[in-house]
Amino acid sequence: MAEYLIRNGFVYDPVLGIDGDKKDIAVKDGKIVETTALSKPTEINAAGMTVMAAGVDVHAHVAGPKVCVGRNFRPEDKLFNSTPQAGIKRMEGGFSVPTTLRTGYNYARMGYGFVMEAAMPPLFARHVHEEIRDTPIIDEAALPVFGNNWFVLEYLKNKEIENTAAYIAWLLRVTKGFGIKNVNPGGTEAWGWGMNCETVNDVVPYFEITPAEIIRGLIEANEYLGLPHCMHVHGNSLGEPGNYTVTLDTLKQAEGYTAKNDFGRDTVLHHTHLQFHSYGGTSYSSKGFESKSKEVMDYVNKQDNITFDLGVVTLDETTTMTADGPFEHHLSHMNHLKWANVDVELETAAGVVPFIYNPKSYIAGAQWAVGIELGLYAKDMMKTYITTDHPNAGPFTRYPRVIKWLMSRAAREHMLEKELKYGDSIRNTCYIGEIDRELTLFEIAQMTRAGPAKVLGLSHMFGSLRPGCEGDVAIYPYNPEAIDPSRDPELIERAFSTAQYLIKGGEMVVKEGDIVSNGSKRTFWVDCTTSENPQVQRDISEKFKRYYSVTEANYEVSGHHYVPNPYVIEVDASQ
Amino acid sequence: MAKLVTDVVCPFCGTLCDDLEVSVTDDGKKILDVYNACAIGAEKFLHSQASDRITRPRMQDEDGNWKDVSYDEAVEYTAKILADAKKPLMYGWSSTNCESQAVGTQIGEVTGAIMDNTATVCHGTTLIAVQDVGIPSCTLGEVVNRADRIVFWGCNPAHAHPRHMSRYSIYPRGFFTGKGQKSRKLVVIDPRCTDTSKLADYHLQIEQGRDYELFDAFRVAFKGEKLPDTVAGIPKKTIYEVAETMKSGRFGIIFFGMGVTQSLSKNHNIDAAISVTRDLNDYSKWSIMPMRGHYNVTGSGEVWGWLHGFPFALDLSRGFARYNPGDTTSNDLLRRDEVDAVFVLGSDPGAHFPFGSVKKIWGLPSVCIDPHITPTSAVCKLHVPVAFVGVETGGCAYRMDNVPIECRKVVEPPEGMLTDEEFLKKVLTRVKELKGA
Ligand code: SF4
Ligand SMILES: [Zn+2]
Repeated sequence: MAEYLIRNGFVYDPVLGIDGDKKDIAVKDGKIVETTALSKPTEINAAGMTVMAAGVDVHAHVAGPKVCVGRNFRPEDKLFNSTPQAGIKRMEGGFSVPTTLRTGYNYARMGYGFVMEAAMPPLFARHVHEEIRDTPIIDEAALPVFGNNWFVLEYLKNKEIENTAAYIAWLLRVTKGFGIKNVNPGGTEAWGWGMNCETVNDVVPYFEITPAEIIRGLIEANEYLGLPHCMHVHGNSLGEPGNYTVTLDTLKQAEGYTAKNDFGRDTVLHHTHLQFHSYGGTSYSSKGFESKSKEVMDYVNKQDNITFDLGVVTLDETTTMTADGPFEHHLSHMNHLKWANVDVELETAAGVVPFIYNPKSYIAGAQWAVGIELGLYAKDMMKTYITTDHPNAGPFTRYPRVIKWLMSRAAREHMLEKELKYGDSIRNTCYIGEIDRELTLFEIAQMTRAGPAKVLGLSHMFGSLRPGCEGDVAIYPYNPEAIDPSRDPELIERAFSTAQYLIKGGEMVVKEGDIVSNGSKRTFWVDCTTSENPQVQRDISEKFKRYYSVTEANYEVSGHHYVPNPYVIEVDASQ
Repeated sequence: MAKLVTDVVCPFCGTLCDDLEVSVTDDGKKILDVYNACAIGAEKFLHSQASDRITRPRMQDEDGNWKDVSYDEAVEYTAKILADAKKPLMYGWSSTNCESQAVGTQIGEVTGAIMDNTATVCHGTTLIAVQDVGIPSCTLGEVVNRADRIVFWGCNPAHAHPRHMSRYSIYPRGFFTGKGQKSRKLVVIDPRCTDTSKLADYHLQIEQGRDYELFDAFRVAFKGEKLPDTVAGIPKKTIYEVAETMKSGRFGIIFFGMGVTQSLSKNHNIDAAISVTRDLNDYSKWSIMPMRGHYNVTGSGEVWGWLHGFPFALDLSRGFARYNPGDTTSNDLLRRDEVDAVFVLGSDPGAHFPFGSVKKIWGLPSVCIDPHITPTSAVCKLHVPVAFVGVETGGCAYRMDNVPIECRKVVEPPEGMLTDEEFLKKVLTRVKELKGA
């Protein structure tokens, strides 16, 4: 394998505490090595450029059934943006729900190396894996959803943590999943009857358990198993004015728990797209809505066992999609656009609705403000991650724009003064106008690589340029000595949109801004061993016999064609 | 002696039953019997055992004389006609696995083909309607466990999807439906009396081609607004009554078929049916689902969806993906003489396309990849027999509710026979060489 020596770049590595020092980085046999270990490296002159470990995305919807619904039912999403095959690069298409090919290429262009598909319906795991397989370059994994799963609801109702854990371990193995996702706990099961759970104390119809119990139970099961990632929750009442109290109630469920695992993770609850959950007020109008980002962050900043991602609204026309079925139904009644829904037997649901975050509307601007505020109020940037809940709040290709907003007050002022129609109302009802803070490149590196790698339990591989880590290096045309974020914010966005180089797994995949290789992507999954549990085995067989529409033997994802290049993380929870 | 293969997936219709059992000889070469399948499903397995089965590719000359050729020659011919064509049509893709569909799509990318599947003459109109209004749906297990209202509209599962009613819709006892059929009300909307309509609590014998009106009338009735005395031949009293039955269910589903997708108004019918379902969700929980025909037509739409963003009528001829039904659909292209080579796999347009289209295929360089001798293989220049997917090789297929299931291999294909995927991979390698890609 090729050797690379990346010379003279400004290096940012929060794990090693490197903050823009000029350093050489060496890659050999797929890994970062000491520069002395190289014999005949290809040299890359990174002088005047920024060098970081490749990006790690903790939460995006990039592969699987609901993403494909989004693609197939939105031909308009591909209008005028398709690009032809060129060199080794295949045809691309799509904006908010790009094809798998474009998804891989676009992440690579932004210097990303690992992406977590945030919601895998277990019954559709094959579909998720087929799409992951056909997404070039980036390593990926997927989180199966558990928060409305009948096994989990029944076990947790009886406080059977061990059985819950054994079931989870089994499901991760048969679906080739990575960890525990928990979407609208209990509410999506209620949606099976057209209902919802709006607070953490609403009782799930028939199952007689509350979202609070589901959240706690899944945290306990997660730590019982010692999985690499923590319980990853999308709380109840997403998107509702006044929902920040539900959010605080959700976050409080983590109190008293500590992380138990061998992967260097020290948190037990990840709350995703916190922006959608930090609203005050009673309506979406400028008279009825207010940001509660500060109140939420006042709580988060005091906790040491919680992480979150932003979910910044990017003011685009996009496609919303979530396992929060009742929310999508609600949304379709607000914007009257097309609505797709899939309820999945015993497990979950999903909805898909196109959405236009119109900068000329008050609420879209206010949502934008809330997301940015969360990032600016955060104290521990290792626990605060940049996302757009792709494609819900906007496409992942806008991360560089989010970085610009976080790094430059001038860019935010420009939004409030020039781009948003209701800038003044937004200043009045949100906090954004009062905040001076401008994040540094070091902090951006924490939020986009070191931090997410850590919470995913992958800090031994990703997020740092420490020798021994994967040879994943991004080089951006950004000269921190020459660029002043307050004067040239656009240069930030441009630089992070177009990595000059991406070395992925030791192989050059982006060279001078062009895709030059389809890489050798891997699918990560977690194989967790538990002690024999005959009761859970019996319950599984029973449910398949009586309630599933497929047989137990036909449920497991196996075979080379689904996961041709696996990277299996083994966890022993049998003790 | 015989051994029993269990959990076998039936590669015939979109019901994609996965509980078949097949007994095979100990050497794994012959199928002895098929259990749990319906008659048409069992037939598919047994057919693969026919002693007169074609096992080698054959070409026909202008006078219709066939001569055997090798697979290598077949690969060469196929690659060449695709590579030489300005705008080849690669049609079918509904009776094969997703792996083959994915390789086929790459061939399409390299050769600038139009890719189209059987939705083009079946549920393509549904796909268009979904692009207009979306679709609230569910998996079939949800129907088993929750549904107390079932509507069959323009379809006759008793004949086209024989095990649908017993596995998923009318009879099964599920988690919240312990009484099975007794816990459900069945509405059938069909101008004909069928074996399905005989089971119905309400059979609305609608006038042919007036589905759109009846769908609309339901939407009026849900709101309690005024209707004329009859709509589409149905008295208003019945419409109000059925509307009330639908609203009062806890969980309902509309299954619909070719009776509405290919009758007058086409996608507009489906648009209206989906709107009916949307409306019903203001009162209780409702879903709607197309009764997809071929066992993996759904899968081809998914594969093209993730690779290129469109579920059928996928035009790669300009170097990137386009989609414009009516323009990029097979019959329209054939009729307008816009394609200059035809490749068919996993479908039988010879039997299902209008005669005018079939004649066009006959006049063009053409290849048919199919285990059977079919009307299509009869009009193509080259016929490439392949192993039966789901019998002699596995692979992924998507059920009508988009649930992906791995088909099982139960017996060995005849000696030396290639699978779809193996054949396509060879063609891909060769077209890349020919195109210098
Ligand atoms: S209903 Fe369809 S899938 Fe099931 S056995 Fe019959 S033909 Fe096969
Ligand atoms: Zn999400």
